[in-house]
Amino acid sequence: MRYHYYPGCSLHGTAKEYDDSLRSVCKALGVELAEVEGWICCGTSSRISMSPTVGAALPLENLMLVEQAGGGDVLVPCPACLNRFKSVQHDLEEDSALKEKLERTLGRAYEGRVEARHPLDVLVDLVGSDEMRPKLVRSLNGLRVASYYGCVLVRPPETMGYDDYEYPMVMDRLVRTLGGEPIDWSYKTECCGANFALTRTDIVRKLSCDIMVNARDEGAEIICTCCQMCQANLDTRKREIEQEFGVELDLPIVYYSQLIGLAVGLDPGTLGFERHFVDPRPVLREKGIL
Amino acid sequence: MEIQLSRDVIESPFVNEVLGEAKSLVNNCYQCRKCAAGCPVAYEMDYTPAEIMHAVRLGQKDLVLGSKTIWICAACKTCSTRCPQDVEIVKIMDAARRVALREGIKPKVPEAAAFYRSALFTVKNFGRLYEIGLIGRLKLATRDFFKDIGLGLTMFRKGKLSLLPSGWRRGFRVRTILNRIKNEEGAI
Ligand code: SF4
Ligand code: SF4
Repeated sequence: MRYHYYPGCSLHGTAKEYDDSLRSVCKALGVELAEVEGWICCGTSSRISMSPTVGAALPLENLMLVEQAGGGDVLVPCPACLNRFKSVQHDLEEDSALKEKLERTLGRAYEGRVEARHPLDVLVDLVGSDEMRPKLVRSLNGLRVASYYGCVLVRPPETMGYDDYEYPMVMDRLVRTLGGEPIDWSYKTECCGANFALTRTDIVRKLSCDIMVNARDEGAEIICTCCQMCQANLDTRKREIEQEFGVELDLPIVYYSQLIGLAVGLDPGTLGFERHFVDPRPVLREKGIL
Repeated sequence: MEIQLSRDVIESPFVNEVLGEAKSLVNNCYQCRKCAAGCPVAYEMDYTPAEIMHAVRLGQKDLVLGSKTIWICAACKTCSTRCPQDVEIVKIMDAARRVALREGIKPKVPEAAAFYRSALFTVKNFGRLYEIGLIGRLKLATRDFFKDIGLGLTMFRKGKLSLLPSGWRRGFRVRTILNRIKNEEGAI
């Protein structure tokens, strides 16, 4: 199996452990990832632009690069990038004038032979398949996991293709397959404060606090996420949150790719746990997973 | 404030510009305020999303373009997803923000604007968002040099911040695309 791969800016920077663990897991499962040659920013940087065209041209340029490289599925681990790609594709289908305009700007035609997908959607089926079952050599031993999806993986549902957008289950199913226990909780798709990570950190602290407190109260031992912005906002602000709100939160925030990595028996030392602010290893050890 | 609701207001250039760009109707809004109830950052806004929708309908240009709301919106899309009347709240808000920029109205939440500007700056230069460049630029813009220094150092120690931006050549491609848009539309 071979997929195009668009890592996006943060997976080459602050979220390197997401990139690393995803690549190792794909390799272990026999999935080949071909990084899109010459990829650029997905267009989320256009929020300050006076022109609506900028936010459409940048993602389309990337989709065109994928099409040039043969087209087909491209895996996009960052939900914000994925959302940009799917939105522009959606807009092009509805607006042929926009399509023409963008093709002129980018100097290329686009046939639409590309589908952007989140790796989670691909991996959940793969890991759950009968042929992969023997590869799951380590169980999560009933680890109680809160699956946290964040905002834009599932919204807007007509673009992102989620029916259960208020209460998605795809990551929960994955956790169950890996031997963990998905918990029921209320903040699955609440916002972490995303873009305010560096500026209005007061907003990030409040939203992240609410999310983590609910997960803890519902009995989670760990939070599993599919978005590097959610991971960073929840993980890096923990100590400040504890001080500001007088709560105690010992919740590590891991990626689904790291959990799959454990299950398929990868060396935990290669999964990047040491790069998190709240070290997940103690609870993993306590549960007999490490 | 007394508002005379006339054809001139409903079809004012402002209302047409915002709704045309958002490709959305706003008159379907029946002010149920579901959008406001579910908005995670409504508590930091000066007007709720429902109020902004109503103000757009009433052609209240200064109120909308000068609001904190259009800058505080985190684009989580909860509001548009839940609106029973299919009002494209986020797209309307995005369009309003662009109109405000085009008209040179000072952003009511300057640090949010500074962040977006710094992000776009690094993309123009490197083709991608380059985090240390972004942080440096942001600090210059906000003059808040000590914010999160400790956090930054920990991130650096954990290998989360790379010093060299990847792909200088991509910056050229991004600038080419942006210049073409600028030539066609006059401004980006
Ligand atoms: S949810 Fe929709 S109809 Fe209700 S107030 Fe908001 S925009 Fe109006
Ligand atoms: S998209 Fe903006 S206005 Fe709508 S709910 Fe989210 S933060 Fe609030």
